[in-house]
Amino acid sequence: MELMLEGIVKAFQLVFGGEAEVWTITWLSLTVSGTATLIALILGIPLGIALAMTRFPGRGVAVALVNTGMGLPPVVVGLFISIMLWRSGPLGFLNLIYTPTAMVIAQVVIAFPIVAGLTMAAFQTLNPRLRLQLLGIGASKLQLLWLLCKEARLPLLAAVMAGFGGVISEVGSVIMVGGNIKGQTRVLTTATVLETSMGNFGTAIALGVILLTLAFGVNFILTRIQQREQVRWPRPS
Amino acid sequence: MPGPTLRALVLAASTLGLAMPLGTWAAEPANRIIVLATGHTLRDSGLLDVLIPVFEKKTGYIVRPIAVGTGQALTMGKRGDADILLTHDPEAEAPLVKEGYLINRRQFMHNDFIIVGPTQDPARVARTKSAATAFRQIAEAKVTFVSRGDDSGTHKREQALWKATGLSPTRIWYVEAGQGMGATLGIASQKQAYTFTDRATFLNLQKTLGLEILLEGDPVLLNLYSVMEVNPAKRPKANHAGARAFSGFLISEEGRALIKDFGKDRFGQALYFLDPVK
Repeated sequence: MELMLEGIVKAFQLVFGGEAEVWTITWLSLTVSGTATLIALILGIPLGIALAMTRFPGRGVAVALVNTGMGLPPVVVGLFISIMLWRSGPLGFLNLIYTPTAMVIAQVVIAFPIVAGLTMAAFQTLNPRLRLQLLGIGASKLQLLWLLCKEARLPLLAAVMAGFGGVISEVGSVIMVGGNIKGQTRVLTTATVLETSMGNFGTAIALGVILLTLAFGVNFILTRIQQREQVRWPRPS
Repeated sequence: MPGPTLRALVLAASTLGLAMPLGTWAAEPANRIIVLATGHTLRDSGLLDVLIPVFEKKTGYIVRPIAVGTGQALTMGKRGDADILLTHDPEAEAPLVKEGYLINRRQFMHNDFIIVGPTQDPARVARTKSAATAFRQIAEAKVTFVSRGDDSGTHKREQALWKATGLSPTRIWYVEAGQGMGATLGIASQKQAYTFTDRATFLNLQKTLGLEILLEGDPVLLNLYSVMEVNPAKRPKANHAGARAFSGFLISEEGRALIKDFGKDRFGQALYFLDPVK
């Protein structure tokens, strides 16, 4: 147990001790996973809405694919993206392997089905009559989408949190496509793996504490936004 | 009229976008980047963290060290996914040099492997001087032995030693970790088992392990490191100029001085020993 304590003390030393490296690592974690989540939202929300609101042949297969994708193993994604981006691979000419951009690509693949799946679920729980009512009062298609998004904002924010939580905490894909290079592609999770393998358990725990704090901070802000307009149930009088 | 939620999201997004250090994110021109494939043990020892910054400052190249098992490092070299290799498996390196995938192979430094195990030493490994005898005694005593099991240079050397004893380890007491040296040592310590390790990783982790060095100094335990460049005639995408610059740095006076002194401040002894370059 003294290891845990050592780790927490070490976390404070790393963060406030003027060591630039831990800041670089934390910042890269935040930007890579933040960017990946953002792109996953841009791709995933429209797909989720489309799957929830339209009927087309093959929709059942598409829904099953998205639902399976919500549990994509990061190492499999990492392997697949690596094979594509290696110099000897079909996209090797882009020179993206072992860059933060490659890490963003892998994390988008992980987060996008999570966002799409949860968006679909959010829109399916909306009352179908709402759509007819809104169309009935003369809403245009865009206005309709916007109003429905507003209506589903609570579960939509849950989708954002699930997507971000899924990628900030994963190590399998970023270690493969990023290579865990010091100062270039090392993030909190891969640094934790490295410090553990080097026997620096105190530092490893410290990095874990920083990662948890970061995840908590981001989720706290999102939760504040989510719960701000929460309906207050009237007290029984 | 966008609601406060959307505005907050857009704000967060644009902050992230603006704050990104674009220079390191964009794909660098290939000729500035040197992809160095190497084994876990060399990276975990920290030697590269000493060598690479000095080299980068001197030359302006950016080195991307990728730590994988020696087996995978050699495959990366063969396929042209790396520019330069630093590995320690002469038997696996030789055919790739012969087939022309790798050139300018130079063996330039070594360290050594050791056999570590529990203090009680139930197989009495400490009484022998020969690694083959030690392995035979472990097999006869049927004490748990943890193998890397990951096709790394260390794993291959361990397998070669088992082969030399003429014994085939059985599943009952032979455990394959499938992980790096640090994790394998951790498992051996928890199980109070024997394992085969490089000295640098063991010294790094010694304080966290309940294991002792039981056998060292057998000449078959030398761990020979070589540097090889990927042949640009076979793999035109390889950055051969960069690879040449880095291998030249490794065998230069400056590089050799850094290698020779590495580890003395932390362990009171050197972790790598220079060899006459050949």
